[in-house]
Amino acid sequence: MGTATFKGGIHPSDKKELAANSPVTDAKAPKIIIIPLSQHIGAPCNPVVTIGQEVKKGQVVGEPSAFVSSPVHSSVSGKVVAIGEFPNAMGRMINSVVIENDGKDEWTALKDNPDYMGLSPEELKEKVKAAGIVGMGGAAFPTSVKLSPPKEKTIDAVLINGAECEPYLTADYRLMLEKPQEVVEGLKVLMKILGVQKGYIGIEDNKPDAIAKMKEASAGDAGISVITCEVKYPQGAEKMLIKAVLGREVPPRALPMDVGVVCQNVGTALAIFEAARYGKPLIERVVTVTGEGISQPKNLMVRVGTKVGDLIDECGGFSKGVGKVISGGPMMGFALSSLDVAVTKGTSGILVMPEEIVAHGEEFGPCIRCSRCIDICPMGLMPSMLSVLSEKGFYEEAKEYNLFDCFECGSCAFVCPSKRPIVQLVRLAKSMVKP
Amino acid sequence: MESTKKEQLIVSVSPHVKSDETTSRIMWTVSIALMPAFLAGVYFFGLKALFITSLSIISCMVFEQWYMKMVGKKSVLNDGSGFLTGLLLGMNMPASLWSFSPFTVHVPVIASFVAIVITKQLFGGLGFNVFNPALIGRAFALISWPKAMTIWNEPTAAFLAMDAKTTATPLGILKEEGLAKLIEVFGDKVNLYMHLLSGNRAGSIGETSAIAILIGGLFLLYKKYISWHIPVSFLATAALMAWIFGSKEGLFQGDPIVHLISGGMMLGAWFMATDYVTSPSVRNGQILFGIGCGFLTMIIRLKGGFPEGVMFAILIMNCFAPLIDRSFRAKVFGAVKQEKAKENK
Repeated sequence: MGTATFKGGIHPSDKKELAANSPVTDAKAPKIIIIPLSQHIGAPCNPVVTIGQEVKKGQVVGEPSAFVSSPVHSSVSGKVVAIGEFPNAMGRMINSVVIENDGKDEWTALKDNPDYMGLSPEELKEKVKAAGIVGMGGAAFPTSVKLSPPKEKTIDAVLINGAECEPYLTADYRLMLEKPQEVVEGLKVLMKILGVQKGYIGIEDNKPDAIAKMKEASAGDAGISVITCEVKYPQGAEKMLIKAVLGREVPPRALPMDVGVVCQNVGTALAIFEAARYGKPLIERVVTVTGEGISQPKNLMVRVGTKVGDLIDECGGFSKGVGKVISGGPMMGFALSSLDVAVTKGTSGILVMPEEIVAHGEEFGPCIRCSRCIDICPMGLMPSMLSVLSEKGFYEEAKEYNLFDCFECGSCAFVCPSKRPIVQLVRLAKSMVKP
Repeated sequence: MESTKKEQLIVSVSPHVKSDETTSRIMWTVSIALMPAFLAGVYFFGLKALFITSLSIISCMVFEQWYMKMVGKKSVLNDGSGFLTGLLLGMNMPASLWSFSPFTVHVPVIASFVAIVITKQLFGGLGFNVFNPALIGRAFALISWPKAMTIWNEPTAAFLAMDAKTTATPLGILKEEGLAKLIEVFGDKVNLYMHLLSGNRAGSIGETSAIAILIGGLFLLYKKYISWHIPVSFLATAALMAWIFGSKEGLFQGDPIVHLISGGMMLGAWFMATDYVTSPSVRNGQILFGIGCGFLTMIIRLKGGFPEGVMFAILIMNCFAPLIDRSFRAKVFGAVKQEKAKENK
């Protein structure tokens, strides 16, 4: 049987070996945590604590203000010392709650409920919502919203995204190796909430041990299949994975639910299990701290709100001077302008690249129409035309070339021999016209 | 400490890794792929071939450098596209141009000016030219100096020989006197094919050796610098047309092989029609482009006034490249199903 795949895509050097063999260890609890009140797509939270207030670990500090939103919790016990605006990974100022850690790690009451599968779908969904779970693959879309499809949409499959196609990152890989049973349980909870019989776990071919572990963990359940996918970026993009695993194409501007699928990341599945069984809110996640520029690459269990600088110190600091520090992977991650940015629920990795490997790319040439970007665009677009039209200011024309179907995976800019900043030009055009 | 750290962080847009492919590497690789054909030309036509090609390469590079300096832009010599244009232009000219009485050495120089300055830079430089610069340069030369551009030396394989007998090209003989005469000139059919494949025949410097061109073309195909779409559709269409309409005795009696390996067919299909800038960039569109090139080439060869039609065929199709791209837009992921879904509603 061939491996599941989609049309297009690229094969960047995966560099997973840097961190792949380091088991997940707990990061040191920081003295100060900064919890942004908007860590997700949708409306920001309203703070429900005041300066000077004592909070416990797991206590809600921000309540959602709209349907598409998600609560945020404290990841330490301690005292609120400030509420104000702090920059996030993209450089935007976000209202945040700053808490000083008292080091006691006092939890709000967590209750083990071994019979969590006996709960009703509605009760389980409520637990997912209360735990503040969002998509942990990067986009951070509130999970409870994905689990509330409109009545007319029939969902028949849940897909767990274990592709982890971004080079360097190994957080999901480690979770699948170390907590396969919990991930499968999370998938079962999702299937119960959505009332579907079929669950799939899509994993790239370069993680045979993870595939074996997940197959073993799901062996007892006939409804769950583990699918081996071709190693290709962006295999882990929702639409690409659904195409590869289920053969369904999500139409332009539509959502996975339009083809009957709900897709969740491996880390999210784990968080869902922990929320269902223990009522544990999403206050920590696995972050891969890696790259050629970090002394000791590691996979760390990090509390949400930990400053990136603290993680870099914990991994032995910069090994080759300061270059680029990226929140996320090298293809779609954001280069940070400050190390004081906090880890959020969607931070899958901190990638440190020394200057010598990022210095290039300052200058770019004209499009020579070589077709490389057209051949590899997973969405079937013409990135070459989009970049030329945007460069010349023809934004409306760019729209006719399906500008808004681009999800900025960066494959085109990766292959471009003229080193054109295609993603940047696409973002510029998107900001200049209405969808 | 903290503040210096902040200052030193590099911030740029994703992706943060890029492939090591560059425009200049592509141009130089294509130039290297042309070397077998060029060396075959030098072997058969001697030092004159080397002089003519070098002269057009140098002219192209000098004109490009001069133009960029004149308009106050950065030199683009390193991208290799000027060198490649010069090389192709030289390879598309007869070695007989290296002659001082009558004086025709200026032809490649002026053709280079037309190619680089008028066809390429005045249209916006690399990436923006509508027509293949080397082919416009050659077309300009052919129209301006029709006699000089059609004096064909016999291949001598004597490197230093500066005098060579002139003769007609195989396509010229085919056009004027027919296939039987052409076979007679070369002895027999096998001998004719062998001469056409090896390049031991009259013609432009770099177009004669079908085998050497094929080696370069397959190398580019293997390295994925070109795709099969244009060469295959171009050659297949031409072969089909030659087979159906190629003989005066009736339909389906033509000799497609002679047409494929004579004239500029191989060089055109593998190296000229595949020029990125002036051909469509959508793969399906490239097939239409190739079919158009093959069709027009054979129309000109069989019905037109010139014995050879590759150059005009490609130039005419160059005009349509943007239009073809526009109408053959790649299929957007999920789009077809959406249309079906709409119909179902």
